[in-house]
Amino acid sequence: MKFLQTNLPEIETAAELEKLINENENVMVCCGRMGPMCLPVYDVMEELEEDRSNVKFAVMAFDNPEAAVIRNAPECRGFMGLPFTMYYKNGKVADATSSIQNMQQVTSILDKQFAEKA
Amino acid sequence: MDEVFDVMIIGAGAAGLTAGIYASRAKLSTLILNEGAVGGQMVLTEEIANYPGVPATKGYMLANTMKQQAKSFGCKIKSNVKIVRYQLNGTVKSVELEDGRSFQAKSIILTPGGKPRSLNITGEEQFKGKGISYCATCDGDFFTGKEVVVVGGGNSALEEAVALTQYATKVTIVHQFDHFQAFKHAVEEAQKNPKIEFVLESELRGFYGNGVLQKVEIEHLPSGKRSELKTDGTFIFVGYQPNTESIKEFVQLNERGEIMVDPAMKTSVDGVFAAGDCIAKRYRQVTTAVAEGTIAALSAAEYSRS
Repeated sequence: MKFLQTNLPEIETAAELEKLINENENVMVCCGRMGPMCLPVYDVMEELEEDRSNVKFAVMAFDNPEAAVIRNAPECRGFMGLPFTMYYKNGKVADATSSIQNMQQVTSILDKQFAEKA
Repeated sequence: MDEVFDVMIIGAGAAGLTAGIYASRAKLSTLILNEGAVGGQMVLTEEIANYPGVPATKGYMLANTMKQQAKSFGCKIKSNVKIVRYQLNGTVKSVELEDGRSFQAKSIILTPGGKPRSLNITGEEQFKGKGISYCATCDGDFFTGKEVVVVGGGNSALEEAVALTQYATKVTIVHQFDHFQAFKHAVEEAQKNPKIEFVLESELRGFYGNGVLQKVEIEHLPSGKRSELKTDGTFIFVGYQPNTESIKEFVQLNERGEIMVDPAMKTSVDGVFAAGDCIAKRYRQVTTAVAEGTIAALSAAEYSRS
């Protein structure tokens, strides 16, 4: 069942998330609600989706029981602000942030973690 | 080569989207450039219950409807851009983006809105999302059974403090004055809540913790005495500031950094109009922003066709 009204693909199960991160080298997943701290991050992702073909962008509803895989991830320990945003490289968590992030903050992580090696 | 439009709108909150709807529906080629997420302060509002003709709705839904409405009339919207240069004088206005793209228009409507003020003190950025929040509705439930601090003395601070008592065992409101700017009913509701304590005439000086926020440093302003308060979270509601820093050299601002406009929403520069939370005014509501956006668009249309 989908919970989020965005133009991004929504992951509904932990198995779907695992498949996504295992089949794609670079994945960014924003786990949140339709709230004021989460919407700006979705908006940034929608903008970036056009230009960053090397990254798969997706969202997952924070209140979806299947999102426990993100909520309880070790990288999210101490997080107390929505959304929880995960960056996966080759199936492993490369970075994670808590709370609202702007375009500059997101692109800085994408550039750092997903830069194409020469 | 620059893309050329009749009207260019800077900002996509309620004022900017409304201006976009009116200008594009008037068959003017219209571009909205937005440095943040579309919707402005509307998306920061959990529920909007007093927008005439619309039953209580989520802020983001109203914003999304306005966005779709503007696009349906042909308005182009580019969000999350970074504007690095403005040229607002002369008959042709132009802006340049960080990525090198540039755009021209006969008239410009400035609707950059405002942003929540931050405290700009030690640890604020470090503990954002790890104890520091700007949205009780979003993050309140992370603090269930915990003690939190609320900073501010306006309506948002007091209303959110009361809302946080649903989750937190104790809410301490820290405010710089000995009185509140909030409406009387909001103050009374907070004062009668047994979970709320007040630390007045005081300001926060720093956030500290080990990975997550654990304590704040507070200065009592009359005495200058500093003390520490253990806390699991801090919610900051110290008002908004207009996003006019990048245009302050072009249009006349008041001492608060708000753009001065006349009743037709004209600024001090010919062909440059302004609307919404960035202008000098008393009341900041979606309805007032929408009204000003309408007037600005109609004035810009008249100017562009003259």
